[in-house]
Amino acid sequence: MSQQNGDHEMADADADAGAGAEANESAQSEVRQEKQMLRLLPGSTDTAASFAFEKEDHTLGNALRYMITKNPSVEFCGYTIPHPSEPYMNLRIQTDDDTTVFEVLRKGLEDLSELCDVVEDKFSVARDAFNADNPDRAEAQ
Amino acid sequence: MTMAQPLDVSRYRSERHIPWAPLSAEEIEARRLVQINAETVTHTAASDFPGHYGPEQDDSWVVERFRQGLKVDFHHNKPHDAAFSLVGIDASIANAFRRILIAEIPTLAIEDVFFLDNTSVIQDEVLAHRLGLIPLTGGREGLDWLHWFHRAPSKDAFTMQTASDGDETTPVSTHNDYNTIVMTLDIECRWATVEKDGWDGKKKAAEGDVAPEEKYIKSNVYASDLVFHPQGKQSEYFSGENAIRPVNPEILIAKLRPGHRIHLRCHCIKGVGSDHAKFSPVATASYRLLPQITITQPILGADAKKFARCFPRGVIGYEPDAATGEQKAVVKNPMKDTVSRECLRHDEFKGKVKLGRVRDHFIFSVESTGQFESDELFLDAVRLLRAKAERFKRHLTELEEGR
Repeated sequence: MSQQNGDHEMADADADAGAGAEANESAQSEVRQEKQMLRLLPGSTDTAASFAFEKEDHTLGNALRYMITKNPSVEFCGYTIPHPSEPYMNLRIQTDDDTTVFEVLRKGLEDLSELCDVVEDKFSVARDAFNADNPDRAEAQ
Repeated sequence: MTMAQPLDVSRYRSERHIPWAPLSAEEIEARRLVQINAETVTHTAASDFPGHYGPEQDDSWVVERFRQGLKVDFHHNKPHDAAFSLVGIDASIANAFRRILIAEIPTLAIEDVFFLDNTSVIQDEVLAHRLGLIPLTGGREGLDWLHWFHRAPSKDAFTMQTASDGDETTPVSTHNDYNTIVMTLDIECRWATVEKDGWDGKKKAAEGDVAPEEKYIKSNVYASDLVFHPQGKQSEYFSGENAIRPVNPEILIAKLRPGHRIHLRCHCIKGVGSDHAKFSPVATASYRLLPQITITQPILGADAKKFARCFPRGVIGYEPDAATGEQKAVVKNPMKDTVSRECLRHDEFKGKVKLGRVRDHFIFSVESTGQFESDELFLDAVRLLRAKAERFKRHLTELEEGR
């Protein structure tokens, strides 16, 4: 079930990293439209809504919950996986009146993306410095 | 009956406006540490959210603050085994990286096995399973270039059927040089003969020589016996040292006896660990929190020796105590501690030591199976999480437009 899940991701990762000869793949994905994986659950308002993320789990659920809860205009954010054999992750957001759940979710995703950039930068720098200092690639005890 | 007096809310309102005081030293420590007691673990939940300690406490997301707080510290960095500390990150994020490493980074593995002949004692399905688990490697560029192979969902798999309902965006693939690697295994065991091998295996057997290698030729089938057949464009990417091959050529696949033959053809495809563990790029990817040992009152002399023995070697050291001149136990290297809590079982240390773990100090250990290097795998995991966020940003835009 996750095989298809991985597909979009790797295509994305390649495109983002600019790595891999994905000319052929991206040509394909231009033709076929990406399937909508995000759905708004019934009973939602602008300041209190539940989203269903298809083919996502605790990996994105918990990370996104953390980033959204860090937003001061969020009153509540939580996620659940309603059934273990269905590929859906539900995310609940309740906000103050001065914003909407859509803005909050977008900010959460942007912050998460930003965080990954920082981790990638710092990790690469630390790795290169370590490899340069330790030719045997092991820390002196 | 009299009307109820309206509630005087001003009283409550004034209480809400008590000016917020900075966190006390205990609060800051409680926030930094997960406390480990003799039988319980407390203060496990993170509290770095806006307003957790008061209305003016600001813990909202600021990328610069995160950048300054984040520290990456390598311990070792070998291709098959990397260990590093990631400091200043929340458990939910660290766990996302760990989960992606195990289940979502794609690798190449044998998926279909076509048996042309198998007269060995190992059954087709068992042999096919063993072959699938062999870690393969090859040129990195080529592995990135390989496309996905989309299998039609099985008629029996209900959840897969529902998940792919109305999903025309992922068509079913056919095998071609872009998505399938072909390997063959053709091996037959026979007696050693004078003409071919220079010695007579049957004679050795009669003499009572029992070592199979002395009597038979090709009695062991190893992973190195798998032969890669580049298809079409694949020879551009997988030639010479970039050829698709098992990471470890000495994996024993089967044992044969004279007359046994295995002849099969394998199709290898790209997949992810959540589909089957054979696609997982790591043997293990795990983290632990940095242990912290706080000695609150001096532990001296014989007690210090006993205290040191409660921990793995190298965790506790000694120092002369200024007041008594005795040897005093000091914490030397908490990284080596296993947090066995042994020191909490002895009465003489009661009230003298506190154990904890640093909430945001993750000691990662990533052991690659060999298709990619361990540090590269972690970077892939970070990129994949970002790709997920970017993808759902696009989906959110679509959702808002269609609303």
